[in-house]
Amino acid sequence: MYDLLWLVPTFPFLGFLILAIFGKKIGKKLSAVVGVGSIGLSALITILIGIQFLTNPPEGHAFVQTLWTWIAADDFKVNIAFHLDALSMVFAFVVTFVGFWIHLYSTEYMADDEGFSRFFAYMNLFVGAMLMLVMGDNLLLLYLGWEGVGLCSYLLIGFWYRDPANGYAARKAFIVTRVGDAAMAVGLFMLFYSFNSLNIQEILSVAPHVWSPGNKLAVASTLLLLGGAVGKSAQLPLQVWLPDAMAGPTPTSALIHAATMVTAGVYLIARMNGIYLLAPLSMTAVAIVGAATLLVAGFAGMAQTDIKRVLAYSTVSQIGYMFLALGVGAWSAGVFHFMIHAFFKALLFLAAGAIILAQHHEQNMFKMGGLAKALPVTFWTFLIGSASLAALPLITAGFYSKDAIIWYAWSGPNGSIYLWMAAVFGAMVTAFYTFRMVFVTFFGEQKMEISHYPTWRVHIPLIALAFFALFGGFIELPGTLGHLTLFSDFMKSALPVVEGGHHEVSLEIFSQVLTAVLALVSIFVAYYLYLKNMQIVTNFTSTKFGHGLQQFLLSGLGFDWLYERLFIRPYVWLSRTNKRDFIDFFYVFLPWLARQFHYLFKYTQTGKVRRYVVGIVFGVLVSITIVVIL
Amino acid sequence: MTILFYIAALIAIVASIMVVTRTNIIHALLYMVISLLATAVMFFLIGAPFIAAMEIIIYAGAIMVLFVFVVMMLNLGKQAVEQEKRWLSTEGWYFPSLLSFILLLEIGYLIVSGQTAPFNGRQIPPAEVGKELYSTYLIGVELAAILLMAGIIGAYHLARRKKYVVHRFLKTEGAEQ
Amino acid sequence: MIAISLNTGLIIASIMFFTGLIGVMIRKNIMFMLISIEIMLNAAGLAFVFAGAQHGQADGQIMFLFILTTAAAEVAVGLALIIQFYQKFKTLNSDAANNMRG
Repeated sequence: MYDLLWLVPTFPFLGFLILAIFGKKIGKKLSAVVGVGSIGLSALITILIGIQFLTNPPEGHAFVQTLWTWIAADDFKVNIAFHLDALSMVFAFVVTFVGFWIHLYSTEYMADDEGFSRFFAYMNLFVGAMLMLVMGDNLLLLYLGWEGVGLCSYLLIGFWYRDPANGYAARKAFIVTRVGDAAMAVGLFMLFYSFNSLNIQEILSVAPHVWSPGNKLAVASTLLLLGGAVGKSAQLPLQVWLPDAMAGPTPTSALIHAATMVTAGVYLIARMNGIYLLAPLSMTAVAIVGAATLLVAGFAGMAQTDIKRVLAYSTVSQIGYMFLALGVGAWSAGVFHFMIHAFFKALLFLAAGAIILAQHHEQNMFKMGGLAKALPVTFWTFLIGSASLAALPLITAGFYSKDAIIWYAWSGPNGSIYLWMAAVFGAMVTAFYTFRMVFVTFFGEQKMEISHYPTWRVHIPLIALAFFALFGGFIELPGTLGHLTLFSDFMKSALPVVEGGHHEVSLEIFSQVLTAVLALVSIFVAYYLYLKNMQIVTNFTSTKFGHGLQQFLLSGLGFDWLYERLFIRPYVWLSRTNKRDFIDFFYVFLPWLARQFHYLFKYTQTGKVRRYVVGIVFGVLVSITIVVIL
Repeated sequence: MTILFYIAALIAIVASIMVVTRTNIIHALLYMVISLLATAVMFFLIGAPFIAAMEIIIYAGAIMVLFVFVVMMLNLGKQAVEQEKRWLSTEGWYFPSLLSFILLLEIGYLIVSGQTAPFNGRQIPPAEVGKELYSTYLIGVELAAILLMAGIIGAYHLARRKKYVVHRFLKTEGAEQ
Repeated sequence: MIAISLNTGLIIASIMFFTGLIGVMIRKNIMFMLISIEIMLNAAGLAFVFAGAQHGQADGQIMFLFILTTAAAEVAVGLALIIQFYQKFKTLNSDAANNMRG
């Protein structure tokens, strides 16, 4: 069964090729079959391999399948090889499984679009590249997948390319992530310089012997890899591209910008845990980045009006939680939250897409309302997703995953009380803006009539994902609530064990109860402000301070404004002044000089024979003078 | 004998200068003939009688005559002399003369700085020249013959009075009628 | 016998050569340019003969013979060209054939 591993990324790539070359010819129905079918087959094989992995794990809990040698130059050898262990198993499962549901959903969402086959081609390419990323056994293959998903993100954000605003958003995403990618590339160079190999397992096993904890090179390379992760996962300070990336189709936002691509940073740091453990400074940096991001994004989410932008900021915030978990040393908790988040965030995006379809492609949630009765399935699944996001106590999966992170932020090896406070406050904010979104969209009076009722192709994925968003958390229960450690046991083979829990149990209970109570309080506040008595909010935003605050939060805490002034304007000014390109000056100078000589010498071309004779005589004179003198 | 040589040299040089400065072309040609004759005298004196004869017969006798024939054929007339006077202005002389003078000085310097060898003024009979010509320089003779052939054909072709045929489509309106 | 050194002869030949050169550079009339070229050829041949006589060999004279042949052929062709030139431009000004605008 393991030998079929290579089929998992191959099916999507094959799907991409078929759709790219024959897409227009084979029509929409067949394109859908190819597009969804390839991912379906990958998901099936992944699940089968997963079952075998659980029941009959391979040697050392890792399976490597080498396909061929990619580069062999002196002592630099890179293979196309897949490394399957618990971590890549989880990621591959999420990518293919969630991806399958999203592809199925897209057959209805994109049904009226003329770029139907092009969409599925890009989505397939994306899934293939993402699988390359998570299953690659060396950093170069990972980087290939990294760039591949960046490319697909660009292609899909700018899918409706006829509108220049979409192109701008796509370029913004690509350029901002490129900044991170450049940092990552330098990090890879450093790693290669230190270990003379890019094979991940090799690096992780050799690193503790070569580097002592706190080694400068370790800190530098891990910080640079963090830079790459920050870019791809839209964390501070490179989070500005994700809200604008909502210009792409909703299934894209669901797959790429919620469940999978933006978690590539999480995968990278989790995968390279060995070298991060050798650089405590970087771990602290990861945690601080995570904590700061979750707060910033949370605040921004509170003031958004576009439903997709709320979800975008919440994605940034939740990935902040994952980074926080990784930074304090709670590796499996971070990955667990990733898995649960993938389910409920994809669910939320798909449901939001259904709502948008049903409301004449209107995305401003303040123009919607009262959809609870009109779209029942969508409402209930959205509610489940929101509850999971807000970490409603005990019943939702999100509670268990987020709570674990909040607890480890305090008790983890690298944790501190301040991180815990930030995480708790962030949870409160999350609950607030999530249910603000729910109340405004689904309750109250219906402002617009339904334009499109979703069919089974929308409902089935929603229900499937809702199931997992609800019950997926029960495989990992904290010590105070029944101590089930199925997930962390599974991850033990790939990630270092979390050395938490050296605080007393009572503190853990205190943390959980506090978080739960604060979440419920936030939900009630959201209910009161947005359903009961909207006047308070309106009065507040009509004051100068209130309006300013609202605008500040709406614009994502002014980061775009800052970057515009800090980077974009000087750069544009520089390119404008260098339009004549002073480096070119030398190359322009040479022809200019030749032309000057031409202007000088053209007077010798008189056509008068006598003058030519004079010229000859002059030349002879010069030559003989030289002979005489020498 | 030596003084004879110097007189002949002087005549040759003066005649050359006169050739270059005359306005009437026939005068110039005649001065040229004088220069050639003086050169022939020089050849006689240094022991090359064959070449002296050749100079007179071919150079003065054929080439210069050819020049005279062409000038007569062109039928230039008196206004040509006037024209020539106008063309031969004084200012044009300075720079070329200067250049040539400097060049002359340099060549002279180079000549003088070489070693002087005694002059072997043996009279070289024509028979010896002939023998040398047809044994060592046989190829040169043949090539010279080919060159003369080329000259003949070229001269004939170039000097032909061509009948200018205008294609009937290119004829002007007036001519067509 | 003549007590002339080779240097003297060569200097005489050079003077005649440069006279011809001045003639080529100064005169506008094509015929005069051709005549000046003839002077130069003659002077060059003179130098050859002197050199040959200095060694007492016939080679100098043979060289002069070749120069003579060349001069003859060249004059023939040159004069034919001058005739064509005159028929085209109706003048013997060498600048008349100038189509350049430099």
